[in-house]
Amino acid sequence: MSWRNKSMLARWLLSGEWQAHRVQSGVAVIAIALGVALGFAIHLINTAAFNEFSAAARSLSGESDLEVRGPQATIDESIYPLLAEQEDVELANPVLELDVALPNHSKERKDATLKILGLDIFRASVMAPDLIGIPAEDKLFDVLADDAIFLSPAAMEWLGVKQGDTLNLSVGTRKVALRVAGGLRRARAGQRIGVMDIATAQWRFHRLGQLSRVELKLLPGTDKAAFKAQLEQELEPQNQYLVAEPTTRETRVANMSRAYRVNLNVLAMVALFTGTFLVFSTQALSIVRRRHQFALLRVLGFTRKQMLGQVLWEGAILGCVGSLLGLTLGYATATSALHYFGGDLGGGFFPGIKPVMHFDPVAAMVFFILGVGITLLGSAAPAWEAARALPAPALKSGSEDTALAKLENPWPGLLFLASGILFTRLPPIFDLPIFGYLAVAQLLTGGIILMPPLSALIFTAVFRMVQHASHARPVLTTALARLANAPNQAAIALGGILASFTLMVAMAIMVASFRVSVDDWLRHILPADLYVETAASGDTRGLTPDEMKALAETPGLVRVDFFRSSKLMLDPSRPNITLIARPIDISEPGNTLPLTGESIPVAQLPKGAIPIWVSEPMMDLYGYTLGKHVTLPIAIPARTFIVAGVWRDYGRQFGAIQMRLADYQALTDDQLVNDAALWLEQGVAPEQVIESMRQLPFGNALKFSDPGQIRALSLNIFDRSFAVTYLLEGVAIIIGLLGVAASFSAQALARIKEFGMLRHIGMTRRQILGMLAIEGGLLTALGVLLGFVLGGCISLILVFIVNPQSFHWTMQLSLPWESLLSVALTLMFLAAFTAVASGRHAVSGNPERAVREDW
Amino acid sequence: MRAVKRNTEYFTCFRKQEGCHAGFKGLAGTAFLVAALFLAFFTTGRVLAERPQLSPVVRNVPLVFPRDFGAHPSFRNEWWYVTGWLETPEKEPLGFQITFFRVATEHDRANPSRFAPRDLIIAHAALSDPAAGKLLHDQKSARDGFGLAYTTEDNTNVKLGDWFMVREENGRYQTRIKADHFRLDFSLTPAQSPMLQDLNGFSRKGLHPEQASYYYSEPHLQVSGKVTRDGEEIAVKGIAWLDHEWSTAYLDPKAVGWDWVGANLDDGSALMAFQIRGKDGSKVWAYAGIREPSGQFTRFEPDQVSFEPQRTWHSTRTNTTYPVKIRIRTGTTVWVLTPLMDDQELDSRQSTGAVYWEGAVTVTRDGEPAGRGYLELTGYVEALNL
Repeated sequence: MSWRNKSMLARWLLSGEWQAHRVQSGVAVIAIALGVALGFAIHLINTAAFNEFSAAARSLSGESDLEVRGPQATIDESIYPLLAEQEDVELANPVLELDVALPNHSKERKDATLKILGLDIFRASVMAPDLIGIPAEDKLFDVLADDAIFLSPAAMEWLGVKQGDTLNLSVGTRKVALRVAGGLRRARAGQRIGVMDIATAQWRFHRLGQLSRVELKLLPGTDKAAFKAQLEQELEPQNQYLVAEPTTRETRVANMSRAYRVNLNVLAMVALFTGTFLVFSTQALSIVRRRHQFALLRVLGFTRKQMLGQVLWEGAILGCVGSLLGLTLGYATATSALHYFGGDLGGGFFPGIKPVMHFDPVAAMVFFILGVGITLLGSAAPAWEAARALPAPALKSGSEDTALAKLENPWPGLLFLASGILFTRLPPIFDLPIFGYLAVAQLLTGGIILMPPLSALIFTAVFRMVQHASHARPVLTTALARLANAPNQAAIALGGILASFTLMVAMAIMVASFRVSVDDWLRHILPADLYVETAASGDTRGLTPDEMKALAETPGLVRVDFFRSSKLMLDPSRPNITLIARPIDISEPGNTLPLTGESIPVAQLPKGAIPIWVSEPMMDLYGYTLGKHVTLPIAIPARTFIVAGVWRDYGRQFGAIQMRLADYQALTDDQLVNDAALWLEQGVAPEQVIESMRQLPFGNALKFSDPGQIRALSLNIFDRSFAVTYLLEGVAIIIGLLGVAASFSAQALARIKEFGMLRHIGMTRRQILGMLAIEGGLLTALGVLLGFVLGGCISLILVFIVNPQSFHWTMQLSLPWESLLSVALTLMFLAAFTAVASGRHAVSGNPERAVREDW
Repeated sequence: MRAVKRNTEYFTCFRKQEGCHAGFKGLAGTAFLVAALFLAFFTTGRVLAERPQLSPVVRNVPLVFPRDFGAHPSFRNEWWYVTGWLETPEKEPLGFQITFFRVATEHDRANPSRFAPRDLIIAHAALSDPAAGKLLHDQKSARDGFGLAYTTEDNTNVKLGDWFMVREENGRYQTRIKADHFRLDFSLTPAQSPMLQDLNGFSRKGLHPEQASYYYSEPHLQVSGKVTRDGEEIAVKGIAWLDHEWSTAYLDPKAVGWDWVGANLDDGSALMAFQIRGKDGSKVWAYAGIREPSGQFTRFEPDQVSFEPQRTWHSTRTNTTYPVKIRIRTGTTVWVLTPLMDDQELDSRQSTGAVYWEGAVTVTRDGEPAGRGYLELTGYVEALNL
């Protein structure tokens, strides 16, 4: 046969196969497309959001070479002239950067803050020329005005103001009215910032004498590293300054969202993984079905290599079509997701920016290759088998299952499981649970590989039991006989269900555990009857001592606890930690803190040591351990504290420290508090207390919330940030179900001969359908059972390895039995239904013709 | 497009107003700030904030030294303005200008922040080298504060980053300018007592009594020091002229600019003359004062002083024509000013928006060489209507 004829034959075979089994091929293509689309879309969204967020953060520091800042939110301005007069410093740019609360109670902007930069125009115009305000032509001195602010276009739009309007901002319980004097020279699209004179910002926002940072531009030719080292040495004795390069800020930004981005990417990979398995089952079944065809081709002169090429070629075409479809779909999804949900898909990781989508050809190429690659991988084993099969036995009927006999070897599967278990013992890499994820993949792969021998084992055992039972029903026996003796085709069909159901179980257990833990935690940290604050976030909130007194004297209160929270930077390359000062009963800290383990009793605390209680991330990120003496730069000179306990915190994954308010106020000159927790007298309604507090001179600035509201809001945020997870889970399930449908109908068609034979020996059509339903149901039951076991194991990895390693928090395990069982039952019903539906077609034919087809 | 252009050159937008609301001599650099200041003052009309109470310039207040060598923060504008001729070891002539301005803003005086921009300090420096054919110049500005930029009230002592000018006890000035492409290190030693302009230092600028400044000059300052260009340091000697002037009110709204000259004459006398021009080039105000070495002072009233252009030079950079050679009559005397070089235009639109001509000139009296001085021409710039 000439090459030309062969390629024609190959094409003919291909199109013949596809025309005959459009559904299966279509499902495989859709599976690949969905996997690629999800991966590509998530990559595009993450990249767009992250790049925009980094660029926006970078644009705030202009062209500086170094910046000097403090571990606390602000530093004393006296450092500024010292830096400005340094020999190698060309320009020192003092900056006061604040997130200022907005008083308007608009729903959309609830809890929102506006980032405001206080700048010295004479210095900032050189360091960061984009951030200069553009005043009206007749009010040029507004750049130095004591009442003016310049807003980026996005900020103006968001706040609903224009040049000349008045903008109200919240500072403590008071309002500050500023004149919107104009726009900025250049702001990034969507970037919400305000710029004003530094003196005005210090004055209006009560930050006299304070700076956020001093940016330094060095003289050309200065050795930056040497200068930095020298400056650090000079500033070191004061222990209150950090010298960092602007790139450190980018590292910090990257660290903030890294765990989130990696986890999302892994979830997308799961979809692709499920897709691979589907390709494998489609290809494997299609090859089994075409054994006779292929054997004939071999007899006609096709070489093994050509056979291999033929099957791989089919896979490649499926992969190409699927991948291209996936890229298109992914791009469209990313664009609309960015448009409707923003860059963090509702997760809150990238506020105040408007990412712009760019088609990324490199990433597109990578995902294309990935899509085609895994399709080829899925086709490789079946192709190898097709090429190796000896033509003569393959031409015989009933050889289908022997083709898949190799699948019965349990060793590779056991190896995967063993290595997966081994991986769970390994530590994180770069703060990421790489081995945890690998362990999940190993367990999943191992489980799927073990499926055929396991199902043979189990069904054989069940078959024997049923056989020995005297009242065995023929339909059940036949179904079991089939499952026990030709388990491999069934196992392949089962792989899809197993993969998606396992992942669903694992995710569902993890999310449920997390949610229950968060709920418990919220109950623990919100023991009071009512909470009061001036604003939910921002640097300018706070109650003065007089205002605290007035609140505490309100009638109807049993107890009032005041809280002060502030940001602390212990490592310039990591996001800030939160320092919370509040009344804590040192003998019973567990009353106020959700402690995770032992705490040091009062008697064992060293004399004079100030106790702090740290959240779990502090242990992973900063190496804090119970009883450790640590230095915190919250006072000058820095004081030493002792870690007296560890508490669980789901609110701040970058770390938090709690200490007693009295200790905090004795060490610092910060006498403000953020919010208050109120316990009411028996019989006093929260409304009464709110009413009397509203009568206070500053009553209008107070925001009240009851713990129920806060809990509902927090759980709402929790659900929103897991919305993407639910979506991905859904996609995995759909892919799995499509797989079930495809492989069942494929099998039913392949078994037309068998059904014909059964009809000949006296089984009714109804009985055959019943047999198929039982087969489908039993198979799915086994898949679901194994899915529960495997998914349970994987959920343990997610709960106890992946979560603590990515987010540094622990949780209790809880199982959402009800929802899992309902999904399992739905799956089983669906599988049985599919089996019957596809069987009906196969059984409807003439039994004589069906049998004759065999010879 | 216009808006974008305006945005990218923030200070350029002052260009048009430069002439309209000009302060006085040397204020070219700060004209934009002053103009804006007045506009802000008159148009916003806000009364709640505590606006600075600035002092008016009134007649018959005698200048008291050394106090009046220092700064006067209660007045809106103030400057110390040094111009002069230098000679290199090879006897080549160079011209230079060093100016420090102080401008009070409208910022609320109740703001306790150490950054509060109550006063701005602005400095200009330029070096004219006929061999190079154009000016080298640089400028700097900052808010007063943190010891990084300041003036003091007890004596001349101005600092702006690493630029400074300070008057020592013995009357000698030390100044250092580290500009972008050159560096000036001078000490300036007075040979004569301060020359009080016009009516004992009360200098009238227009018909209205508030249109005035306090103004004294120190002519015949002996310069010694060094000039550094392209890393090459040369020793120089020369003669300079210092003006110190402070005021609160501004020029007549009809004024668009001025022509000014200060000249050290070879016989030891000193000449200062200016005219303020209206929109049509007409004379709004004029003045001249001549002090003999003996101390004899002759004052000329507006009708006795006239400025007549002799030759013009066109700047292709700014599309502006300047009368770089000028004939001045004071009474019966005729003075002719000839520039050291034509291109002594100071174009700093990229930073401060000011464009003016400030150059070294030789002076003849009734046709005879009489001395050397500096000529300043402001308010000539045309808007680029392309």
